[in-house]
Amino acid sequence: MIRSALRAYPTLLRVGISGVIAYRAEFLIWILTTNMPLVMLAIWHEVAADGPVGRFDQKQFTAYYLAILAVRLLTSTWVVWQMSMEIRDGTLSAKLLRPLHPLIAYSAEHLAAVPLRFLVISPIAVILVLTAGDRLAVRDPALLAIFLASLVGAWLLIFFTMVLMGALSFFIESALGLFELWLAIHAVMSGYLIPLESLPGWVRQVAHVLPFRFMLGFPVETLVGLETRSAALADLGIQWAYVAIFCAAAITVWRAGVRRFAAYGG
Amino acid sequence: MTVAAETLARYARLLRLQFRMSGITAMQYRADFIVRGLLAVMWIGVTLLPFAVVFGSRPAIAGWSFAEALVVVAWFTLLKAFLEGAVSPSLTAVVEHVRKGTLDFVLLKPADAQFLVSTAKFEPWRVIDFIGALLIFAYAFHLLGRWPAPSAVALALVFLLVAVFILYSIWILVVSAAFWVVKVDNLSYLFGSAFDVARWPVTIFKGTLRFVFTFIFPLAVMTTYPAEALLGRLSGYTAVKAIVGGVVFAAIARRVWLRALRLYTSASS
Repeated sequence: MIRSALRAYPTLLRVGISGVIAYRAEFLIWILTTNMPLVMLAIWHEVAADGPVGRFDQKQFTAYYLAILAVRLLTSTWVVWQMSMEIRDGTLSAKLLRPLHPLIAYSAEHLAAVPLRFLVISPIAVILVLTAGDRLAVRDPALLAIFLASLVGAWLLIFFTMVLMGALSFFIESALGLFELWLAIHAVMSGYLIPLESLPGWVRQVAHVLPFRFMLGFPVETLVGLETRSAALADLGIQWAYVAIFCAAAITVWRAGVRRFAAYGG
Repeated sequence: MTVAAETLARYARLLRLQFRMSGITAMQYRADFIVRGLLAVMWIGVTLLPFAVVFGSRPAIAGWSFAEALVVVAWFTLLKAFLEGAVSPSLTAVVEHVRKGTLDFVLLKPADAQFLVSTAKFEPWRVIDFIGALLIFAYAFHLLGRWPAPSAVALALVFLLVAVFILYSIWILVVSAAFWVVKVDNLSYLFGSAFDVARWPVTIFKGTLRFVFTFIFPLAVMTTYPAEALLGRLSGYTAVKAIVGGVVFAAIARRVWLRALRLYTSASS
Protein backbone atom coordinates (compact mmCIF):
# COMPACT_ATOMS: atom_id res chain seq x y z
CA MET A 1 0.00 0.00 0.00
CA ILE A 2 2.79 2.43 0.94
CA ARG A 3 4.77 1.41 -2.17
CA SER A 4 1.88 2.02 -4.52
CA ALA A 5 1.19 5.34 -2.83
CA LEU A 6 4.81 6.38 -3.31
CA ARG A 7 4.65 5.39 -6.99
CA ALA A 8 1.44 7.34 -7.50
CA TYR A 9 2.60 10.44 -5.60
CA PRO A 10 4.54 12.24 -8.38
CA THR A 11 1.55 11.85 -10.72
CA LEU A 12 -0.81 13.09 -8.01
CA LEU A 13 1.39 16.14 -7.52
CA ARG A 14 1.32 16.86 -11.26
CA VAL A 15 -2.46 16.57 -11.30
CA GLY A 16 -2.63 18.91 -8.32
CA ILE A 17 -0.41 21.50 -9.97
CA SER A 18 -2.48 21.52 -13.15
CA GLY A 19 -5.57 21.89 -10.98
CA VAL A 20 -4.13 24.98 -9.30
CA ILE A 21 -3.02 26.45 -12.64
CA ALA A 22 -6.45 25.86 -14.17
CA TYR A 23 -8.07 27.88 -11.36
CA ARG A 24 -5.32 30.49 -11.13
CA ALA A 25 -7.66 33.50 -10.92
CA GLU A 26 -9.48 32.01 -7.92
CA PHE A 27 -6.13 31.10 -6.42
CA LEU A 28 -4.87 34.68 -6.72
CA ILE A 29 -8.05 36.21 -5.31
CA TRP A 30 -7.85 33.79 -2.42
CA ILE A 31 -4.31 34.95 -1.76
CA LEU A 32 -5.36 38.60 -1.82
CA THR A 33 -7.80 37.95 1.04
CA THR A 34 -4.78 37.64 3.33
CA ASN A 35 -4.21 41.37 3.71
CA MET A 36 -4.52 41.83 7.47
CA PRO A 37 -0.74 41.65 8.13
CA LEU A 38 -0.22 44.62 5.79
CA VAL A 39 -2.91 46.64 7.57
CA MET A 40 -1.38 45.83 10.95
CA LEU A 41 2.02 46.78 9.54
CA ALA A 42 0.70 50.19 8.44
CA ILE A 43 -0.74 50.80 11.91
CA TRP A 44 2.33 49.69 13.88
CA HIS A 45 4.48 51.74 11.52
CA GLU A 46 2.52 54.83 12.50
CA VAL A 47 2.73 53.90 16.19
CA ALA A 48 6.47 53.27 16.11
CA ALA A 49 7.22 56.50 14.22
CA ASP A 50 8.25 58.26 17.46
CA GLY A 51 10.27 55.45 19.00
CA PRO A 52 10.32 51.66 19.31
CA VAL A 53 7.60 49.60 21.01
CA GLY A 54 9.38 47.10 23.25
CA ARG A 55 11.95 45.30 21.10
CA PHE A 56 10.22 46.45 17.90
CA ASP A 57 11.25 49.52 15.92
CA GLN A 58 9.72 50.38 12.54
CA LYS A 59 12.12 48.16 10.63
CA GLN A 60 11.49 45.21 12.96
CA PHE A 61 7.74 45.58 12.45
CA THR A 62 8.29 45.58 8.67
CA ALA A 63 10.37 42.40 8.90
CA TYR A 64 7.88 40.75 11.24
CA TYR A 65 4.69 41.39 9.27
CA LEU A 66 6.17 40.70 5.84
CA ALA A 67 7.48 37.41 7.21
CA ILE A 68 4.04 36.67 8.72
CA LEU A 69 2.44 37.31 5.36
CA ALA A 70 4.94 35.15 3.47
CA VAL A 71 4.85 32.20 5.90
CA ARG A 72 1.07 32.32 6.20
CA LEU A 73 0.59 32.29 2.41
CA LEU A 74 3.14 29.54 1.95
CA THR A 75 1.71 27.16 4.55
CA SER A 76 -2.04 27.59 4.37
CA THR A 77 -4.36 24.97 2.87
CA TRP A 78 -8.11 24.63 2.47
CA VAL A 79 -8.43 20.91 3.16
CA VAL A 80 -10.95 21.37 6.01
CA TRP A 81 -13.56 22.97 3.72
CA GLN A 82 -12.92 20.38 1.03
CA MET A 83 -13.29 17.45 3.44
CA SER A 84 -16.37 18.84 5.11
CA MET A 85 -18.05 19.34 1.74
CA GLU A 86 -17.08 15.94 0.36
CA ILE A 87 -18.27 14.17 3.49
CA ARG A 88 -21.61 15.96 3.48
CA ASP A 89 -22.43 15.68 -0.22
CA GLY A 90 -21.12 12.12 -0.52
CA THR A 91 -18.41 12.68 -3.13
CA LEU A 92 -16.04 11.10 -0.63
CA SER A 93 -17.35 7.64 -1.61
CA ALA A 94 -15.57 7.88 -4.97
CA LYS A 95 -12.31 8.65 -3.18
CA LEU A 96 -12.78 5.73 -0.79
CA LEU A 97 -13.09 3.31 -3.73
CA ARG A 98 -9.69 4.18 -5.14
CA PRO A 99 -6.71 1.97 -4.22
CA LEU A 100 -5.13 4.97 -2.48
CA HIS A 101 -5.77 6.36 0.97
CA PRO A 102 -7.89 9.55 0.67
CA LEU A 103 -5.65 11.35 3.16
CA ILE A 104 -2.64 10.71 0.90
CA ALA A 105 -4.62 12.02 -2.06
CA TYR A 106 -5.53 15.15 -0.06
CA SER A 107 -1.95 15.71 1.01
CA ALA A 108 -0.73 15.49 -2.62
CA GLU A 109 -3.40 17.87 -3.83
CA HIS A 110 -2.52 20.48 -1.23
CA LEU A 111 1.23 19.99 -1.39
CA ALA A 112 0.97 20.66 -5.13
CA ALA A 113 -0.16 24.22 -4.39
CA VAL A 114 3.07 24.99 -2.53
CA PRO A 115 5.25 25.70 -5.62
CA LEU A 116 2.70 28.22 -6.88
CA ARG A 117 2.38 29.72 -3.44
CA PHE A 118 6.15 30.04 -3.40
CA LEU A 119 5.98 31.92 -6.69
CA VAL A 120 3.39 34.30 -5.26
CA ILE A 121 5.34 35.06 -2.10
CA SER A 122 8.70 35.56 -3.87
CA PRO A 123 8.07 39.30 -4.43
CA ILE A 124 7.21 39.60 -0.71
CA ALA A 125 10.44 37.80 0.13
CA VAL A 126 12.41 40.18 -2.12
CA ILE A 127 10.86 43.23 -0.46
CA LEU A 128 11.56 41.68 2.94
CA VAL A 129 15.24 41.24 2.12
CA LEU A 130 15.53 44.73 0.58
CA THR A 131 13.83 46.61 3.41
CA ALA A 132 14.93 44.67 6.46
CA GLY A 133 17.58 42.23 5.27
CA ASP A 134 19.88 43.03 8.21
CA ARG A 135 17.22 41.82 10.69
CA LEU A 136 16.95 38.34 9.16
CA ALA A 137 18.61 35.41 10.87
CA VAL A 138 19.67 33.81 7.61
CA ARG A 139 23.37 34.55 8.16
CA ASP A 140 23.46 31.98 10.96
CA PRO A 141 23.34 28.58 9.19
CA ALA A 142 21.98 26.83 12.30
CA LEU A 143 19.04 29.26 12.62
CA LEU A 144 18.43 29.03 8.88
CA ALA A 145 18.24 25.23 9.12
CA ILE A 146 15.86 25.46 12.10
CA PHE A 147 13.72 27.96 10.19
CA LEU A 148 13.42 25.66 7.16
CA ALA A 149 12.57 22.68 9.34
CA SER A 150 9.99 24.79 11.19
CA LEU A 151 8.36 25.72 7.87
CA VAL A 152 7.87 22.05 7.03
CA GLY A 153 6.60 21.46 10.55
CA ALA A 154 4.16 24.37 10.27
CA TRP A 155 2.75 23.05 6.99
CA LEU A 156 2.27 19.57 8.46
CA LEU A 157 0.76 20.92 11.67
CA ILE A 158 -1.75 23.06 9.76
CA PHE A 159 -2.57 20.16 7.45
CA PHE A 160 -3.15 17.65 10.24
CA THR A 161 -5.20 19.99 12.42
CA MET A 162 -7.36 20.76 9.39
CA VAL A 163 -7.79 17.06 8.60
CA LEU A 164 -8.76 16.51 12.23
CA MET A 165 -11.42 19.25 12.06
CA GLY A 166 -12.57 18.06 8.63
CA ALA A 167 -12.95 14.48 9.90
CA LEU A 168 -15.17 15.79 12.70
CA SER A 169 -17.74 16.40 9.94
CA PHE A 170 -18.35 12.64 10.08
CA PHE A 171 -19.79 13.13 13.56
CA ILE A 172 -21.17 16.64 13.98
CA GLU A 173 -23.02 19.07 11.75
CA SER A 174 -21.28 22.25 12.82
CA ALA A 175 -17.69 21.07 12.34
CA LEU A 176 -17.04 24.13 10.19
CA GLY A 177 -18.38 26.37 12.94
CA LEU A 178 -15.97 24.70 15.31
CA PHE A 179 -13.18 25.32 12.84
CA GLU A 180 -14.08 29.00 12.66
CA LEU A 181 -13.79 29.12 16.44
CA TRP A 182 -10.35 27.58 16.03
CA LEU A 183 -9.49 30.29 13.44
CA ALA A 184 -10.53 33.06 15.82
CA ILE A 185 -8.21 31.72 18.53
CA HIS A 186 -5.50 31.21 15.91
CA ALA A 187 -5.66 34.86 14.83
CA VAL A 188 -4.73 36.00 18.33
CA MET A 189 -2.58 33.15 19.64
CA SER A 190 -0.40 32.49 16.58
CA GLY A 191 1.11 35.96 16.23
CA TYR A 192 -0.88 36.64 13.07
CA LEU A 193 -2.49 39.89 14.26
CA ILE A 194 0.06 41.05 16.81
CA PRO A 195 3.52 39.84 17.82
CA LEU A 196 3.08 37.48 20.75
CA GLU A 197 5.60 39.32 22.89
CA SER A 198 3.44 42.44 22.90
CA LEU A 199 0.53 40.52 24.45
CA PRO A 200 -0.16 40.97 28.18
CA GLY A 201 1.82 38.58 30.42
CA TRP A 202 -0.46 35.62 31.08
CA VAL A 203 -1.90 35.56 27.53
CA ARG A 204 1.63 35.39 26.19
CA GLN A 205 2.42 32.45 28.46
CA VAL A 206 -0.70 30.61 27.31
CA ALA A 207 0.17 31.36 23.67
CA HIS A 208 3.60 29.83 24.11
CA VAL A 209 2.11 26.50 25.18
CA LEU A 210 -0.76 26.24 22.67
CA PRO A 211 -0.15 24.73 19.20
CA PHE A 212 -1.10 27.92 17.32
CA ARG A 213 2.26 29.66 17.69
CA PHE A 214 3.97 26.68 16.07
CA MET A 215 1.91 27.12 12.92
CA LEU A 216 3.03 30.69 12.24
CA GLY A 217 4.65 32.72 15.02
CA PHE A 218 7.52 30.37 15.73
CA PRO A 219 8.92 30.15 12.15
CA VAL A 220 8.53 33.91 11.76
CA GLU A 221 10.22 34.74 15.07
CA THR A 222 13.08 32.44 14.08
CA LEU A 223 13.43 34.11 10.68
CA VAL A 224 13.42 37.71 11.90
CA GLY A 225 15.93 37.03 14.65
CA LEU A 226 13.69 37.20 17.73
CA GLU A 227 14.70 33.71 18.86
CA THR A 228 18.08 32.58 20.21
CA ARG A 229 19.59 29.42 18.80
CA SER A 230 18.87 27.24 21.84
CA ALA A 231 15.32 28.53 22.29
CA ALA A 232 14.58 27.94 18.60
CA LEU A 233 15.91 24.39 18.81
CA ALA A 234 13.76 23.61 21.85
CA ASP A 235 10.70 25.08 20.14
CA LEU A 236 11.40 22.99 17.05
CA GLY A 237 11.22 19.89 19.24
CA ILE A 238 7.86 21.01 20.66
CA GLN A 239 6.59 21.78 17.17
CA TRP A 240 7.37 18.33 15.82
CA ALA A 241 5.89 16.72 18.93
CA TYR A 242 2.67 18.63 18.13
CA VAL A 243 2.90 17.40 14.52
CA ALA A 244 3.08 13.79 15.75
CA ILE A 245 0.19 14.28 18.19
CA PHE A 246 -2.11 15.87 15.63
CA CYS A 247 -1.15 13.33 12.95
CA ALA A 248 -2.17 10.50 15.28
CA ALA A 249 -5.37 12.29 16.33
CA ALA A 250 -6.36 13.08 12.75
CA ILE A 251 -5.87 9.48 11.59
CA THR A 252 -7.76 8.10 14.61
CA VAL A 253 -10.77 10.37 14.07
CA TRP A 254 -10.68 9.72 10.33
CA ARG A 255 -10.75 5.92 10.85
CA ALA A 256 -13.61 6.09 13.31
CA GLY A 257 -15.48 8.42 10.97
CA VAL A 258 -15.09 6.36 7.80
CA ARG A 259 -16.53 3.36 9.64
CA ARG A 260 -19.83 5.18 10.22
CA PHE A 261 -19.83 7.04 6.89
CA ALA A 262 -22.68 6.20 4.56
CA ALA A 263 -23.38 8.06 1.32
CA TYR A 264 -26.02 7.03 -1.13
CA GLY A 265 -25.39 7.29 -4.85
CA GLY A 266 -22.42 9.62 -4.30
CA MET B 1 -54.66 54.20 -2.97
CA THR B 2 -52.20 55.37 -5.59
CA VAL B 3 -50.22 52.86 -7.62
CA ALA B 4 -46.97 53.80 -5.91
CA ALA B 5 -48.40 53.26 -2.44
CA GLU B 6 -49.88 49.93 -3.50
CA THR B 7 -46.52 48.76 -4.84
CA LEU B 8 -44.82 49.86 -1.65
CA ALA B 9 -47.32 47.94 0.47
CA ARG B 10 -46.85 44.85 -1.66
CA TYR B 11 -43.09 44.96 -1.25
CA ALA B 12 -43.42 45.50 2.50
CA ARG B 13 -45.57 42.35 2.64
CA LEU B 14 -42.99 40.46 0.58
CA LEU B 15 -40.19 41.61 2.87
CA ARG B 16 -42.11 40.42 5.94
CA LEU B 17 -42.62 37.04 4.29
CA GLN B 18 -38.95 36.67 3.40
CA PHE B 19 -38.01 37.59 6.99
CA ARG B 20 -40.31 34.90 8.34
CA MET B 21 -38.90 32.24 6.01
CA SER B 22 -35.35 33.01 7.19
CA GLY B 23 -36.46 32.93 10.80
CA ILE B 24 -38.10 29.53 10.39
CA THR B 25 -35.03 28.15 8.62
CA ALA B 26 -32.72 29.42 11.34
CA MET B 27 -34.89 27.89 14.09
CA GLN B 28 -34.31 24.45 12.58
CA TYR B 29 -30.63 24.51 13.49
CA ARG B 30 -30.68 25.43 17.17
CA ALA B 31 -27.32 23.84 18.04
CA ASP B 32 -25.81 25.88 15.24
CA PHE B 33 -27.34 28.99 16.79
CA ILE B 34 -25.31 28.46 19.98
CA VAL B 35 -22.09 27.84 18.05
CA ARG B 36 -22.75 30.97 15.97
CA GLY B 37 -23.43 33.03 19.07
CA LEU B 38 -20.21 31.88 20.68
CA LEU B 39 -18.39 32.68 17.45
CA ALA B 40 -19.81 36.18 17.31
CA VAL B 41 -18.55 36.91 20.83
CA MET B 42 -15.13 35.43 19.97
CA TRP B 43 -14.76 37.54 16.84
CA ILE B 44 -15.65 40.71 18.75
CA GLY B 45 -12.89 39.78 21.17
CA VAL B 46 -10.47 39.19 18.30
CA THR B 47 -11.41 42.60 16.91
CA LEU B 48 -10.82 44.37 20.21
CA LEU B 49 -7.56 42.74 21.27
CA PRO B 50 -5.24 44.42 18.71
CA PHE B 51 -6.79 47.75 19.77
CA ALA B 52 -6.05 47.13 23.40
CA VAL B 53 -2.46 46.18 22.54
CA VAL B 54 -1.78 49.01 20.08
CA PHE B 55 -3.30 51.68 22.32
CA GLY B 56 -1.59 50.09 25.31
CA SER B 57 1.71 51.33 23.87
CA ARG B 58 0.60 54.92 23.12
CA PRO B 59 -2.13 57.12 24.66
CA ALA B 60 -3.24 58.40 21.24
CA ILE B 61 -2.51 57.47 17.63
CA ALA B 62 -2.98 59.94 14.76
CA GLY B 63 -5.24 62.04 16.98
CA TRP B 64 -7.43 59.13 18.15
CA SER B 65 -7.58 58.10 21.78
CA PHE B 66 -8.51 54.55 22.73
CA ALA B 67 -12.09 55.52 23.60
CA GLU B 68 -12.55 57.46 20.36
CA ALA B 69 -11.18 54.57 18.31
CA LEU B 70 -13.63 52.29 20.11
CA VAL B 71 -16.48 54.32 18.65
CA VAL B 72 -15.14 53.39 15.20
CA VAL B 73 -14.93 49.73 16.25
CA ALA B 74 -18.52 49.81 17.48
CA TRP B 75 -19.65 51.30 14.18
CA PHE B 76 -17.68 48.63 12.34
CA THR B 77 -19.28 45.85 14.41
CA LEU B 78 -22.71 47.31 13.72
CA LEU B 79 -22.16 47.41 9.97
CA LYS B 80 -20.56 43.99 9.98
CA ALA B 81 -23.67 42.61 11.69
CA PHE B 82 -25.75 44.17 8.96
CA LEU B 83 -23.43 42.98 6.18
CA GLU B 84 -23.25 39.38 7.37
CA GLY B 85 -26.78 39.17 8.65
CA ALA B 86 -28.73 40.81 5.87
CA VAL B 87 -26.58 41.40 2.79
CA SER B 88 -23.98 38.65 2.23
CA PRO B 89 -26.15 35.55 2.67
CA SER B 90 -28.66 36.60 0.02
CA LEU B 91 -26.15 37.84 -2.45
CA THR B 92 -23.94 34.78 -2.10
CA ALA B 93 -27.03 32.83 -3.08
CA VAL B 94 -27.30 34.89 -6.29
CA VAL B 95 -23.85 33.76 -7.33
CA GLU B 96 -25.01 30.18 -6.88
CA HIS B 97 -28.12 30.94 -8.96
CA VAL B 98 -26.03 32.35 -11.80
CA ARG B 99 -23.66 29.41 -11.72
CA LYS B 100 -26.41 26.79 -11.75
CA GLY B 101 -28.76 28.67 -14.07
CA THR B 102 -31.55 28.69 -11.48
CA LEU B 103 -31.76 32.49 -11.54
CA ASP B 104 -34.48 31.90 -14.16
CA PHE B 105 -36.94 31.05 -11.41
CA VAL B 106 -36.24 34.34 -9.66
CA LEU B 107 -36.50 36.39 -12.84
CA LEU B 108 -39.86 34.81 -13.66
CA LYS B 109 -41.45 35.98 -10.42
CA PRO B 110 -43.64 39.08 -10.69
CA ALA B 111 -41.44 41.32 -8.52
CA ASP B 112 -38.23 43.26 -8.94
CA ALA B 113 -35.39 40.75 -9.23
CA GLN B 114 -32.89 42.88 -7.28
CA PHE B 115 -35.37 43.16 -4.42
CA LEU B 116 -36.07 39.42 -4.42
CA VAL B 117 -32.46 38.29 -4.45
CA SER B 118 -31.44 40.92 -1.89
CA THR B 119 -34.01 39.77 0.66
CA ALA B 120 -33.84 36.02 0.04
CA LYS B 121 -31.91 35.11 3.17
CA PHE B 122 -31.30 36.68 6.59
CA GLU B 123 -29.23 35.32 9.43
CA PRO B 124 -31.05 36.20 12.64
CA TRP B 125 -28.16 35.24 14.96
CA ARG B 126 -26.28 38.35 13.80
CA VAL B 127 -28.40 40.14 16.38
CA ILE B 128 -25.66 39.11 18.81
CA ASP B 129 -23.15 41.27 16.89
CA PHE B 130 -25.65 44.09 16.98
CA ILE B 131 -25.90 43.88 20.77
CA GLY B 132 -22.10 43.68 20.95
CA ALA B 133 -21.86 46.90 18.94
CA LEU B 134 -24.22 48.70 21.33
CA LEU B 135 -22.16 47.51 24.31
CA ILE B 136 -18.96 48.82 22.73
CA PHE B 137 -20.67 52.18 22.07
CA ALA B 138 -21.76 52.35 25.70
CA TYR B 139 -18.31 51.44 26.99
CA ALA B 140 -16.56 53.94 24.69
CA PHE B 141 -18.75 56.84 25.79
CA HIS B 142 -18.43 55.72 29.41
CA LEU B 143 -14.64 56.04 28.99
CA LEU B 144 -15.05 59.43 27.35
CA GLY B 145 -17.19 60.53 30.26
CA ARG B 146 -19.76 62.31 28.11
CA TRP B 147 -22.69 61.36 25.91
CA PRO B 148 -23.15 62.46 22.28
CA ALA B 149 -25.37 65.47 21.60
CA PRO B 150 -28.81 64.73 20.09
CA SER B 151 -27.84 66.54 16.88
CA ALA B 152 -24.69 64.40 16.63
CA VAL B 153 -26.78 61.24 17.03
CA ALA B 154 -29.15 62.42 14.30
CA LEU B 155 -26.26 63.07 11.91
CA ALA B 156 -24.76 59.69 12.78
CA LEU B 157 -28.05 57.97 11.97
CA VAL B 158 -28.12 59.65 8.56
CA PHE B 159 -24.62 58.32 8.07
CA LEU B 160 -25.73 54.86 9.11
CA LEU B 161 -28.27 54.97 6.30
CA VAL B 162 -25.65 56.16 3.80
CA ALA B 163 -23.19 53.51 4.99
CA VAL B 164 -25.78 50.77 4.58
CA PHE B 165 -26.53 52.04 1.09
CA ILE B 166 -22.86 52.07 0.09
CA LEU B 167 -22.21 48.66 1.61
CA TYR B 168 -25.15 47.18 -0.20
CA SER B 169 -24.16 48.92 -3.45
CA ILE B 170 -20.62 47.59 -3.37
CA TRP B 171 -22.08 44.16 -2.79
CA ILE B 172 -24.39 44.51 -5.76
CA LEU B 173 -21.38 45.52 -7.86
CA VAL B 174 -19.46 42.46 -6.69
CA VAL B 175 -22.39 40.18 -7.44
CA SER B 176 -22.93 41.80 -10.84
CA ALA B 177 -19.41 40.65 -11.61
CA ALA B 178 -20.81 37.11 -11.35
CA PHE B 179 -22.57 37.64 -14.67
CA TRP B 180 -19.24 38.24 -16.39
CA VAL B 181 -16.87 35.95 -14.48
CA VAL B 182 -19.12 33.28 -13.06
CA LYS B 183 -16.96 32.13 -10.16
CA VAL B 184 -16.96 35.00 -7.68
CA ASP B 185 -17.62 33.26 -4.36
CA ASN B 186 -13.99 34.07 -3.71
CA LEU B 187 -14.66 37.74 -4.42
CA SER B 188 -17.08 37.83 -1.52
CA TYR B 189 -14.29 36.68 0.80
CA LEU B 190 -12.02 39.33 -0.68
CA PHE B 191 -14.69 41.93 0.00
CA GLY B 192 -15.12 40.70 3.56
CA SER B 193 -11.41 40.83 4.25
CA ALA B 194 -11.11 44.32 2.77
CA PHE B 195 -14.06 45.49 4.86
CA ASP B 196 -12.20 44.32 7.97
CA VAL B 197 -9.91 47.33 7.53
CA ALA B 198 -12.86 49.58 8.39
CA ARG B 199 -12.41 48.82 12.08
CA TRP B 200 -9.47 51.26 12.15
CA PRO B 201 -9.96 55.04 11.91
CA VAL B 202 -8.97 55.85 8.36
CA THR B 203 -6.78 58.79 9.39
CA ILE B 204 -4.26 56.35 10.91
CA PHE B 205 -3.32 55.39 7.36
CA LYS B 206 -1.11 57.60 5.24
CA GLY B 207 -0.73 58.34 1.54
CA THR B 208 -2.08 55.83 -0.97
CA LEU B 209 -3.87 53.65 1.57
CA ARG B 210 -5.85 56.60 2.91
CA PHE B 211 -6.79 57.72 -0.60
CA VAL B 212 -7.99 54.22 -1.51
CA PHE B 213 -10.03 53.79 1.67
CA THR B 214 -11.63 57.22 1.31
CA PHE B 215 -12.49 57.46 -2.37
CA ILE B 216 -12.17 54.11 -4.14
CA PHE B 217 -13.30 51.69 -1.45
CA PRO B 218 -15.05 54.23 0.79
CA LEU B 219 -14.47 52.67 4.22
CA ALA B 220 -14.00 56.15 5.68
CA VAL B 221 -17.58 57.09 4.84
CA MET B 222 -18.84 53.87 6.40
CA THR B 223 -17.16 53.91 9.82
CA THR B 224 -14.76 56.83 10.38
CA TYR B 225 -17.08 59.69 9.40
CA PRO B 226 -20.08 58.36 11.36
CA ALA B 227 -17.83 57.94 14.41
CA GLU B 228 -16.56 61.50 14.01
CA ALA B 229 -20.14 62.69 13.64
CA LEU B 230 -21.05 60.94 16.88
CA LEU B 231 -18.03 62.47 18.59
CA GLY B 232 -19.21 65.86 17.31
CA ARG B 233 -16.11 66.74 15.32
CA LEU B 234 -17.21 66.21 11.72
CA SER B 235 -17.50 69.35 9.60
CA GLY B 236 -20.80 69.96 7.85
CA TYR B 237 -19.05 70.27 4.50
CA THR B 238 -17.51 66.77 4.76
CA ALA B 239 -20.86 65.38 5.85
CA VAL B 240 -22.69 66.77 2.81
CA LYS B 241 -19.96 65.55 0.44
CA ALA B 242 -20.04 62.05 1.93
CA ILE B 243 -23.82 61.80 1.79
CA VAL B 244 -23.99 62.95 -1.84
CA GLY B 245 -21.19 60.52 -2.67
CA GLY B 246 -23.13 57.65 -1.10
CA VAL B 247 -26.28 58.37 -3.10
CA VAL B 248 -24.33 58.58 -6.37
CA PHE B 249 -22.64 55.29 -5.53
CA ALA B 250 -25.98 53.53 -5.00
CA ALA B 251 -27.34 54.88 -8.30
CA ILE B 252 -24.32 53.58 -10.21
CA ALA B 253 -24.69 50.15 -8.58
CA ARG B 254 -28.34 49.90 -9.65
CA ARG B 255 -27.40 50.78 -13.25
CA VAL B 256 -24.63 48.17 -13.33
CA TRP B 257 -26.99 45.51 -11.93
CA LEU B 258 -29.58 46.21 -14.64
CA ARG B 259 -26.90 46.00 -17.33
CA ALA B 260 -25.52 42.77 -15.88
CA LEU B 261 -28.98 41.25 -15.82
CA ARG B 262 -29.32 41.78 -19.55
CA LEU B 263 -26.18 39.71 -20.03
CA TYR B 264 -27.59 36.73 -18.16
CA THR B 265 -28.34 33.70 -20.25
CA SER B 266 -29.27 30.58 -18.39
CA ALA B 267 -27.23 27.46 -19.07
CA SER B 268 -29.98 24.91 -19.42
CA SER B 269 -33.21 26.51 -20.52
